[in-house]
Amino acid sequence: MDVLLLSRLQFALTTAFHYLYPPLSIGLGLLLVIMEGLWLKTRQPVYHQMARFWTKVLALTFAIGVATGIVLEFEFGTNWATYSRYVGDVFGSALAAEGIFAFFLESGFLAVLVFGWDRVSRKVHFFSTCMVCLGAHFSAIWIVVANSWMQTPAGFHIVGEGMKARAEITDFWAMVFNPSAMDRLFHTLCGAWQAGAFLVVSVGAWYLLKQRHEDFARASLRVGLLAGMLASLLQLVSGHDSARGVAKNQPAKLAAFEGLYTTTSRAPLTLFGWVDEKEEKIKGGVAIPAMLSFMAHNDVNQPVTGLREFRKEDRPPVNLVFQFYHLMVAAGLGLIALAGLGLFYYWRGCLCEKRWLLWLLVFSVLGPQIANQAGWFAAEVGRQPWIVYGLLRTSAGLSAVVKASQVLTSIILFSVVYLLLFAVFVYLLNDKIQHGPEAADLSPSGKLALPTREAA
Amino acid sequence: MNFDALDLNTVWFLLIGVLFTGYAMLDGFDLGVGALHLFTKTDEERRVMLNAIGPVWDGNEVWLVTGGGALFAAFPNVYATVFSGFYLAFVLLLVALIFRAVAIEFRSKQPMRWWRQMWDIGFSAGSILSSLLIGVAMGNIAWGIPLDERGEFAGTFWSLLHPYSLLLGVTTLALFTMHGAIYALLKTAGPLHDRLRGWVRNGMIFFIVCYAVTTMATLLYVPHMAARMRAHPWLFSLALANLLAIANIPREIHHGRDGRAFLSSCAALVTLMGLFGLEMFPNLVFSNPDPTHSLTIRNAASSAKTLGIMLWIAITGVPLVISYTVCIYWIFRDKVKLDRMSY
Repeated sequence: MDVLLLSRLQFALTTAFHYLYPPLSIGLGLLLVIMEGLWLKTRQPVYHQMARFWTKVLALTFAIGVATGIVLEFEFGTNWATYSRYVGDVFGSALAAEGIFAFFLESGFLAVLVFGWDRVSRKVHFFSTCMVCLGAHFSAIWIVVANSWMQTPAGFHIVGEGMKARAEITDFWAMVFNPSAMDRLFHTLCGAWQAGAFLVVSVGAWYLLKQRHEDFARASLRVGLLAGMLASLLQLVSGHDSARGVAKNQPAKLAAFEGLYTTTSRAPLTLFGWVDEKEEKIKGGVAIPAMLSFMAHNDVNQPVTGLREFRKEDRPPVNLVFQFYHLMVAAGLGLIALAGLGLFYYWRGCLCEKRWLLWLLVFSVLGPQIANQAGWFAAEVGRQPWIVYGLLRTSAGLSAVVKASQVLTSIILFSVVYLLLFAVFVYLLNDKIQHGPEAADLSPSGKLALPTREAA
Repeated sequence: MNFDALDLNTVWFLLIGVLFTGYAMLDGFDLGVGALHLFTKTDEERRVMLNAIGPVWDGNEVWLVTGGGALFAAFPNVYATVFSGFYLAFVLLLVALIFRAVAIEFRSKQPMRWWRQMWDIGFSAGSILSSLLIGVAMGNIAWGIPLDERGEFAGTFWSLLHPYSLLLGVTTLALFTMHGAIYALLKTAGPLHDRLRGWVRNGMIFFIVCYAVTTMATLLYVPHMAARMRAHPWLFSLALANLLAIANIPREIHHGRDGRAFLSSCAALVTLMGLFGLEMFPNLVFSNPDPTHSLTIRNAASSAKTLGIMLWIAITGVPLVISYTVCIYWIFRDKVKLDRMSY
């Protein structure tokens, strides 16, 4: 195997694994703010118990997220050195900003959130929870800005020629607010909120099924389902905006999402199918006529660009992108339906009797994870063959001095380590869930128990 | 305000130095505590050691992440050359850092003996290997690495492991171990605290021997570093400050002033990093054998515009970072008391 394929595999593997965790940290961060806020407002001990329980889970996901995140930062240099030289002037400042503005905030206040329960007052603790949530969101901002710049580069010019060519920044804010950045940020954040909300829902549903910790379970479902529903609906809006942006800025990618080869007005929206890349058509597909034109341009008569407008070497792998994209959309729609059903029966007061629905809600935790992973694969494979869209090919971004055998060694090493980490994570998370929330957490201790506020 | 009057390349050389010095000073004691971890006997002692760094290790590691990001942004050529050139070494460093990080989080979550031993070893081995590799990388940067005319690394993984770089690896381990032992002294009480005093003494001896050998080896075999010192005699005052800081550590320990000993140890680390950086200046990566291929603050840097933007980011961000870092160290200033939130 060649260095290009191996390096792409390694980056895909390490990113996909990493991306199981940050969405959970971001989503749980937000839910913790809600839970702790509810506790401060209503003084119902069950919210305190929930906040304590999910804090432990957040600490676990955060630790793995940090450990696997450093790998990605290093990989730009180790595996994609030519890319790093080419984009460092533009891309690097977003990464540095992420460290300064997001990671310090997040990791610093996480200490107070996790270890500070009995040390600081309620308000200081709540403030820390908010800062952890904010830090997690900041980290999403900067990394999605950087990644979006690779999709829709802006605010730069090219200096030098041939091997010496590189992108230099001309307008920092144009780089930050590059055409796809805000759509994709919103889309990513909605996905993260869904990940957190449905984890809470899933655990609540499990306890209801097993008839354990029922007060905790009902409160979890109430908070989780509402947050999950809201995030899923927002996701629908942001997904639509995002797709319209892709149609405008990366037409080849949109055509791959939809498996559309011929440029046509009244372009159909394919619901599912199999793209035959040799014959350049979709097999066994079901489509809604004219819907894609309407979705992309708000006008059925507007043409949507097809893949034949692009040279073969400029097209992404179509079927792969098509399937990932459709998997993401299906998972997203499924989550809306599930959250809707859950809320409906919850408000009717008979959720406990619908065991089939509770089982579905237990597995709903997989929905956002599948959608998040599939969405990223669609976005990044859809960017191919470019590493920076339209500017630098992926094959031109490799490290000049790194050999295939070295990359193979590191892939094997990371695979073994990550398999172990994943097994341990699932084991510990399951153990925590089976153990359940602490009864002792129903009565706050330490400074938190004090009726009036005291300085930290 | 604009930065026209400033030499931004030099400013960023210094700022990157500050970030990596912050990392060495802060994560240095985490790594040192890790290196000592297996010397502790009982489960409770091990938990005390873990919780001594519990609330802060995560934030300390962010200095490395931010340093890496800043290096990427300010000197992309250095970032690209060093990271791709040190490929396997950095992959090993990553694996070591991963194990160390997750071991802290995982260890005390299960009561089984084998479970805790497994993560104890992971934590300690990860810390020791990280310290060694960081030292080896520094050793190579000091010694110089072969670069071709494009500024790409022209050696192999094995060529990175020469006596001088290995010596710096061991010295770094010694320094971090001493630094970590002194930090642990501040966070513990009772019998563990008393035994730590012995480890601090051994750590100091270990470090001072390594330090002496490294200094001699540098003067004898790394002429380009010594040459800068001769050309800029004021650097001798930094060397002197470094020597005084190191000499002050045993003195403070002897008088039982652990806090001051820790500050001296921090000062020793800062002056050492300062010496290292200023003796390298203006090179970021020294090319050995052909110094004309060296990567400098000029030929490896980003545009003045980017360096200016980054300086704005630093001016806004760093005061915030320092203020809440101080708050968090203040909140967790007491000696470790295990409770149900602890690791």
